Amino acid sequence: MPRGSVSIVVERCKACGFCVEFCPTKVLALSSAFNSKGYHPPHAVAPEKCSGCDLCGMYCPDFAIYGYRIDKNAKKEGEDDAR
Amino acid sequence: MHADPQGVLTGAHFLDGDHAACEGAIAAGARFAAGYPITPSTEVVERFAMRAPTVGGTFIQMEDELAASITIQGAVWGGVKAFTVTSGPGFSLMMEHIGLAAMTETPCVFINVQRGGPSTGLPTLPAQADMMQVRWGSHGDYEIIALCPNSPQECFDLTIKAFNFSEQYRVPVFLMMDEVVGHMTEKVIIPPAEEIEIEPRHFTKKAPKDFRLYEPEANQVPDMVKAGDGYNIHVTGLTHDERGYPDMTPPMQDVLVKRLQSKIIDNADKICLFEKDSVEGADVVVVSYGITSRVAQRAVDQAREKGVKVGKLRLITAWPFPEKVIREIAPTIKGFVVPELNLGQMVREVERCAGGKTRTVRVSHAGGTVHNPESILNAILEVAR
Amino acid sequence: MSSVAIPQNPVEPFLRSERMPHIWCPGCGIGTTVNCFTRALLDSKADLTKLAIVSGIGCTGRVAGYTNLDSFHTTHGRAIPFATGLKLANPELNVVVYSGDGDLFAIGGNHLIHAARRNINLKVICVNNLIYAMTGGQTAPTTPGDVITSTAPYGTYDPSFNLPYLVEAAGAVYVARWTTFHVRQLAKSMAEMFQKKGFGFIEVLSPCPTLYQRRNKMGDGLEAMKFYKQVSKIKHGCPTSEVALTKAGEIVVGKFVDRERPEYIGTMNTYLEKQLGERYVEPHTLSDDGGCCGGESEVFSCNR
Repeated sequence: MPRGSVSIVVERCKACGFCVEFCPTKVLALSSAFNSKGYHPPHAVAPEKCSGCDLCGMYCPDFAIYGYRIDKNAKKEGEDDAR
Repeated sequence: MHADPQGVLTGAHFLDGDHAACEGAIAAGARFAAGYPITPSTEVVERFAMRAPTVGGTFIQMEDELAASITIQGAVWGGVKAFTVTSGPGFSLMMEHIGLAAMTETPCVFINVQRGGPSTGLPTLPAQADMMQVRWGSHGDYEIIALCPNSPQECFDLTIKAFNFSEQYRVPVFLMMDEVVGHMTEKVIIPPAEEIEIEPRHFTKKAPKDFRLYEPEANQVPDMVKAGDGYNIHVTGLTHDERGYPDMTPPMQDVLVKRLQSKIIDNADKICLFEKDSVEGADVVVVSYGITSRVAQRAVDQAREKGVKVGKLRLITAWPFPEKVIREIAPTIKGFVVPELNLGQMVREVERCAGGKTRTVRVSHAGGTVHNPESILNAILEVAR
Repeated sequence: MSSVAIPQNPVEPFLRSERMPHIWCPGCGIGTTVNCFTRALLDSKADLTKLAIVSGIGCTGRVAGYTNLDSFHTTHGRAIPFATGLKLANPELNVVVYSGDGDLFAIGGNHLIHAARRNINLKVICVNNLIYAMTGGQTAPTTPGDVITSTAPYGTYDPSFNLPYLVEAAGAVYVARWTTFHVRQLAKSMAEMFQKKGFGFIEVLSPCPTLYQRRNKMGDGLEAMKFYKQVSKIKHGCPTSEVALTKAGEIVVGKFVDRERPEYIGTMNTYLEKQLGERYVEPHTLSDDGGCCGGESEVFSCNR
């Protein structure tokens, strides 16, 4: 299970490429999809490598992406307490 | 609301206009001034520099008038009543920020002790040649309020009025003094604090989520806030919507700029102060303001001695211009005589409002000293013929 | 299916989200500096109610309009005197000036040096994109030599300011420079500056892809960021006289000045109190009912 994940606000992205370039584990690449302004937003091509460091979030000038750590101990919905 | 007694030097004083204006500001509740020295206005802030720390006020001498005119606006949003003081060349420098105050609806007071111009002109001598500038000096469409005292007593009284108007209408208000009024020393009676009516700042009672900084209340004027109270306001000089957010579109421009105008014009009856003397049945009416109104009094008296039916209209509020009273008088008289310490400024408003129904004669003066009453008398006699 | 709540972007509560997307160009670094600003505010546990942000005119000047704080978008070059008035009226406010190189150092230069001279407790974040971007890419006092701008169509020959050098000479107590590549260091530097009393200044080099980069065939924003990474050298404590910038040369970054000087408001109040003794009354703001008397006076009681 990856240590982190990214969340992308597709409509804010202007495809500057900062997140792709500066992700330390090269999780991201610009996708072939378009947002409504015609930009290619990023997507996670190697999500398993995401550490949730949020460097992408620090770099993104458009507030369109951020990373977060996944809490391994967080209970998932519906999980049985007895387990 | 009554004035804070801490700021009121109740009693009879012998003060010049500059000093009286400072006391008026303090009595009105002003606790912040930023200024830059310029003759003949400097005494106002010099006195404030002395008085401020004894009444809980702050004075800062800024590096230029560009700074002073916006530092006071920062102070207003920080939650105090603030003013600045200047004369011609400094007034010209302040124009951009006058527009900012009008656009952002920042209540503040500017005192201009007018001197000979243009440019460096006559630093120590009077004129009344900034009267159009105060109305039109900044770019774009906006309205301001300008008051003209003709004595040190009025420098005290009208400065309080200026602050009151600025809070009532969220607008920059101007006290248009001149060097003579500023430097003449006369008796000034400062009443007890409980007899001085001051307008409090209309801080909103709404919670942050319900409040919009530019949503007009019943009188077309929005309520105020101050920074630090959790309202997360946005104040910008860009054309903006009721939230204060930039909305640079023709429809928003139409709504906003017209309201900046109408909040003053629609209330003109309450703002236009003037003094009428024997205007009913007069053949000639002398329209004057500031120091010239006192010189004109001599000419009026002399004309009356000669049997001329002459009335006097003294403008206390120069802007918004009291159109209504001029329109009312015009059809009933042979002519207006308008002496000013300039080459014809307010006379243009008189002429415009007279609408061709009567003569308007200007008694110009390039400035530097007051009129010789004879020049005004001659004009009165000429019109009366 | 199981699901875990996704945390919010840390920057989001600081934004006026209804105004997104913003107007800055693809690859412009201003938004990046805002992320660092946000992190710095979170790390320094700033009381956001008491935080005010003042901007001038220009691309960076638009920061005020996008941040969900008491924000003031003032006139060109005059954010600092406005901020001075705000701070003097209510010293409890923490006032940040967030503006661009042209706004702060050309038209605003005079105000900057005087605020630094006074050591007013203001925190200045200067995003330096080496150009007047908003108005179409004119020469700024920071534009290096031999650069094409819209008002220097054959290339610049004006000498340019060394901002840290100037600001240190004027009296700033905290002077640092970073680039938009150095996001972690920048956030840390901002947090450090917020803790310090007095006139603090951080210069942040940022790409202007649309005008500066494009007209000089320097690639896009990403190219600029890679350039910053490549040529930046961290030299904490470097003499500011040695940190001047050129078109393609080394970019010295780091914290250059961190010193102590008496802060203006404290000095003013102490001094006046000493001079006036019992007659001194501490400044106060209007009370909530809009009336003057927010302060106590032994001699008078405020009656309405």
